[in-house]
Amino acid sequence: MTRTIRIFAAATLAFAASQPAFAAAPAVPNPGNNAWMMTATLLVLLMILPGLALFYGGLTRQKNMLSTMTQIGATASLAMIIWVIWGYSLAFGDTSYEGTLGLFISGGSYFLAGTDMTSTAATFTEEVISKYVFISFQMTFAAITAALILGATAERMKFSAVMAFVPIWLTIVYFPIAHMVWAGGGLLFEDGALDFAGGTVVHINAGVSGLVLAYLLGKRRGWPAEPMPPHSLTLTMVGTGLLWVGWFGFNAGSALEADGSAGLAMINTFVATAAGALAWMVIERAAGHKGSALGFCSGVIAGLVAVTPAAGNSGPFGAILLGIVSSGVCYVFVASVKAKLGYDDALDAFGIHGVGGIVGAIGTAVVYQPFLGGPGDGSTPLGEQLWIQIFSVLVTIAWAGLGTIIAGFIVKATIGLRVSEENEVDGLDITEHGERAYN
Amino acid sequence: MKFIIAIIKPFKLDEVREALGAIGVAGMTVSEVKGFGRQKGQTEVYRGAEYSTNMLPKVKLEIAASDEVAQQVVETIQQTANTEAIGDGKIFVLDLASATRIRTGESGETAL
Repeated sequence: MTRTIRIFAAATLAFAASQPAFAAAPAVPNPGNNAWMMTATLLVLLMILPGLALFYGGLTRQKNMLSTMTQIGATASLAMIIWVIWGYSLAFGDTSYEGTLGLFISGGSYFLAGTDMTSTAATFTEEVISKYVFISFQMTFAAITAALILGATAERMKFSAVMAFVPIWLTIVYFPIAHMVWAGGGLLFEDGALDFAGGTVVHINAGVSGLVLAYLLGKRRGWPAEPMPPHSLTLTMVGTGLLWVGWFGFNAGSALEADGSAGLAMINTFVATAAGALAWMVIERAAGHKGSALGFCSGVIAGLVAVTPAAGNSGPFGAILLGIVSSGVCYVFVASVKAKLGYDDALDAFGIHGVGGIVGAIGTAVVYQPFLGGPGDGSTPLGEQLWIQIFSVLVTIAWAGLGTIIAGFIVKATIGLRVSEENEVDGLDITEHGERAYN
Repeated sequence: MKFIIAIIKPFKLDEVREALGAIGVAGMTVSEVKGFGRQKGQTEVYRGAEYSTNMLPKVKLEIAASDEVAQQVVETIQQTANTEAIGDGKIFVLDLASATRIRTGESGETAL
């Protein structure tokens, strides 16, 4: 489990290690790797705007289209600003704390102090990439994770409440989890948890947080008695396509270099997703329905989410398996568990991201093994790796759940979470933003 | 027979429908409409420029009722749809000359 785990140990460590005792020239970014990482970063931005905005927007009712998209855009923007002020520092900052604190956060580098054009960040080999690129790449992860939560809370949360919730949530939930999983010294990183591109950090985290926030907000008026079909599956399909394309930045970018590991992540992101999409449609048929456009889109996302932690930690056939299993489990949660338990996860942020993330994170232990064509060297037995993965899932669920309760209650007690009943019926586009999606 | 047209706020529709069901109103026609009264519409802002749309979304109920029930229907709608805020809507009552059920050909109050 050496280079397939995302190692974001402080750049300085790798830097020192790559230099012999005598003064050699400092490692400089390889333009090829740097160019790929800049491209990958932009691909993740493509996932947020317009990808996620269209995907979620199309799933809402017409009167909430703009509200959904605006919340996503504004949340991502806010996350980017916070990231450069204190987010990067808490997750990957240059100051490592000794003892327990260091398991959860780092420090230093506030306002990106000490970073300039010549700064570099470590990759998995002796190569380095430009530190500004690394910071930007990670910034897009924080931005999309915060935005993903909004799928669970769509059509009823005040815009001001979203803007108040996001900074608190990022600070107490996202940055510590990113540190725990991806930074050298982090609790789950040191434990050996495999999360190539964010199965726990992004998807389980956002899904569980969305579920908790949906409970705090309450159900949408009329749900589930009143039908609330998506207002434009066409736009949802466009968003799905953009998400799939952008996800290559997410997954293949997480190799941090344009190398074979990125290539493996790329092919896995193709085949797991294709398998997830087809599996969902087959399940629909088996359940007595027609294979639907929304089923296709849902399967695409279920496959993408599940392959995220496994992208560079699986062989292509392991990835196909993950995509199929993820579609099946997500289908059950979206189609029946949600109704049985009565939580209004409006656009299935938990049902697909949370659940698919859990399937992917646990499944990664299996598909990582060499006997399934995975890239693991077999040094960690399946059972042991399985427990490491399950432990990382449990820690993420607990941390995200508890942190969201705290952040949610702070907002609820101060400015309130939910719009008035009248505003909810009239639609958030007009009542929260004063504009309409379609004139 | 009376024909009652009520213009109400959209979010009050469910409540009004339940209240009318409770006093025995058997059917109604509901449309999403736009209009204005004293509330004088709303303003939308696009890139800082204000647009007055004048028209607000409302729901229109059309109910045919016997003379005995009509007053009760009006009172029920007035009480249920009331938020004491501007823009709550209006209720109009018209005389209804005849009513015919298409399937059976019945006419008059039995057709309601």
